[in-house]
Amino acid sequence: MPETIEQVPHEAEADLHVRHHFANAEQQMEASTLGMWTFLITEVLFFGGMFAGYAVYREMYPAAFAATSEFMNVEIGAANTAVLICSSLTMAMAVRAAQLSKRGDLIKYLIGTLIFGITFLVVKAFEYHAKYVEHLIPGPNFHPEHLAPQFMHNAQILFFLYFCMTGMHAVHMVAGVGLLTFLLIQAYRNVFHAHYFAPVEMIGLYWHFVDIVWIFLFPLLYLIGHWHW
Amino acid sequence: MATTYPTTPEAAAEEPVNYLNVEHGWKSWLFTTDHKRIAMLYVFSITAMFMIGGTFAMLMRLHLTRPEGIFAPETYNRFFTMHGVIMVFFFLVPSIPATLGNFFLPIMIGAKDLAFPRVNLLSWYLYIFGAIFAIYVVAAGGVDTGWTFYAPYSTTYSNSYVLSAAVGVFVAGFSSITTGLNFIVTVHKMRAPGMTWMRLPLFVWANYATGLIQILGTPVVAIALVLVAVERVMHVGIFDPNVGGDPILFQHIFWFYSHPAVYIMILPGMGVISEVIACFARKRPFGYEFIAASSMGIAILSFVVWGHHMFITGQSVYTGIVFSFLSFFVAVPSAIKVFNWTATMYRGSVTFESPMLYAFGFIGLFTIGGLTGLFLSTMATDVPLHGTYFVVAHFHFVMVGGMLVAFLSGIHFWWPKMTGRMYSEAWARFAALMIFAGFNLTFLPQFVLGYLGMPRRYAAYPPEFQVLNVLSTAGASILGISLVIPLIYLTYAWKYGPKAGNNPWGAKGLEWEIQSPPTTFNFDDTPTVTEEAYNYGEEVEEQRVA
Repeated sequence: MPETIEQVPHEAEADLHVRHHFANAEQQMEASTLGMWTFLITEVLFFGGMFAGYAVYREMYPAAFAATSEFMNVEIGAANTAVLICSSLTMAMAVRAAQLSKRGDLIKYLIGTLIFGITFLVVKAFEYHAKYVEHLIPGPNFHPEHLAPQFMHNAQILFFLYFCMTGMHAVHMVAGVGLLTFLLIQAYRNVFHAHYFAPVEMIGLYWHFVDIVWIFLFPLLYLIGHWHW
Repeated sequence: MATTYPTTPEAAAEEPVNYLNVEHGWKSWLFTTDHKRIAMLYVFSITAMFMIGGTFAMLMRLHLTRPEGIFAPETYNRFFTMHGVIMVFFFLVPSIPATLGNFFLPIMIGAKDLAFPRVNLLSWYLYIFGAIFAIYVVAAGGVDTGWTFYAPYSTTYSNSYVLSAAVGVFVAGFSSITTGLNFIVTVHKMRAPGMTWMRLPLFVWANYATGLIQILGTPVVAIALVLVAVERVMHVGIFDPNVGGDPILFQHIFWFYSHPAVYIMILPGMGVISEVIACFARKRPFGYEFIAASSMGIAILSFVVWGHHMFITGQSVYTGIVFSFLSFFVAVPSAIKVFNWTATMYRGSVTFESPMLYAFGFIGLFTIGGLTGLFLSTMATDVPLHGTYFVVAHFHFVMVGGMLVAFLSGIHFWWPKMTGRMYSEAWARFAALMIFAGFNLTFLPQFVLGYLGMPRRYAAYPPEFQVLNVLSTAGASILGISLVIPLIYLTYAWKYGPKAGNNPWGAKGLEWEIQSPPTTFNFDDTPTVTEEAYNYGEEVEEQRVA
């Protein structure tokens, strides 16, 4: 894609995207922003239920949680964390590119974000598969090797939380990948410019939120076993 | 009043262009983004679900006419569960916000639509999708966990359709979240020029407060249901005592939503009553600011009282004391509302049209429902009353005597605006009185039964409770039949009723200044608001006499 600085459209072009019930583009943008932040608050509460469960059981069974956490693959988890942080960077760059009407940059950064996102999901799939092979799925087939017998029951709680929390996070990642694909198509059609970039910014907010959830999940699930107190 | 409207067929023949006749065909309804059409879709949907839930209530009352019951106990368990699930999640939660709120919130603040019309339509589709699961569960054989889905019964032992029911409630929950989100953004960003926060009608305040609870509470019950569903599939989970899990945690997470949800099911009703009383007392609501603030107060307090559902289920005594103490606080904003409504009527020119009759019913029944709540938030009295018919009677006074009556009040108040037609006032008054009588006959005996110690959810009872149970069933029959009456005359009025005119009640508020039924965009030009809400002066009084 050759890099071209596209002509900044006239203000009036912003009004083409104003839906009938808004007075002007500014009001529409404010509504979208507030709506997205409100939605993210509901997402915080949604994950909050699981974090509350985690807090309760970590308090009840600290030793079992620490011992179980050693079964998590810290290297892969850390690598995936880095991947997600990079994806947030490219997402932020994409929003900036949209605001500056740089279509080429926007497409480039969206593709970058997509690649990082998909990489994360593929790595996660391998990680899940490894857990399955090692009999770490909670339930009748739960047989971790080298786990102290007294932790055998409580360990299933951490693994249950691990699969629910990372699984729900992965579902959000998949939704995010879908939304990014939608943005990419729109960007390719040159829909976004300095006076109309709300979808890029809103989906960007969502993407950052999903990343932040992982930033909390990684230490809580992977790292607690590597500190001995 | 009804005599003043044009009743000739010729007058009713020509209809100006409005949201109902602007387009025709099923596509124009299923793909609409008009908040008013979506509200009407919701009216039909929740009425259908109400009838299913009501049928289960009648089956329960039928079963309880004999001490040993009529159906198998397992069947009875499914009756009360399906009644609860359908009535709570598919009727009460969406009832006023999704119908009257959807219709009037944008109009009352001078907006052309909600902030996100397509999300609004999505909300209805989510509701329908959830309702399909609920109906599938009914057809397949039902759930028997109680509407509360308590673990470990729901996760491990129940042999009923828990998974499908959980999916249905989960999906319907997102319909509730999207409605709440839309309301919050709309109130913040879509108000017409001059419509300041302190000029907002109280119905808008109530729905805004409801929206806050919907977005903050509902996701928590959603995740609780996900955890139950996953635990059911994997045969192990965080609520499973076999691996050290704690079933009480489920109750905490569940009630963290479901207690605030009780206020989702009453706040919008309070909003309706504030509108109706101001209109039929011809006065600005006494202490407008306090009523508005008390809605917000209830929304905030709702999140710190959930433990009063768990006084005897294993939570520590000290936690119980704190929750008991906090629960009493909810009585303060609720009492402010009741006192202010009565004070509004004081020296007002009160008239007794059917919406007002329902409002009177609401004040009385909600007061009883609220005051008996204090018995249950007192730990010492809750211990013997917990899990008895006293609790059943208490929350039905709030949910049916409060919310359902408020819904009917609002429907009667705004039906002329929604359809442009007037219903039969005589039938409406008759139905209002019958509903009030039937309701009291149904649930007053249940207070006594609970006090005498009859446990809820039991399929059989000692013979000495039979008289009170038969009385309750008799009341339920009256209530059930009287609820059909409005369905008939309101539908009839929509087609054959006399034209209502733009402001049949002489009420104040933006919704009464526009055409009945409204046009698609509500206002030709965005209105500029220059006065506070409820500016009832002498001018209105004159209009009304003439």
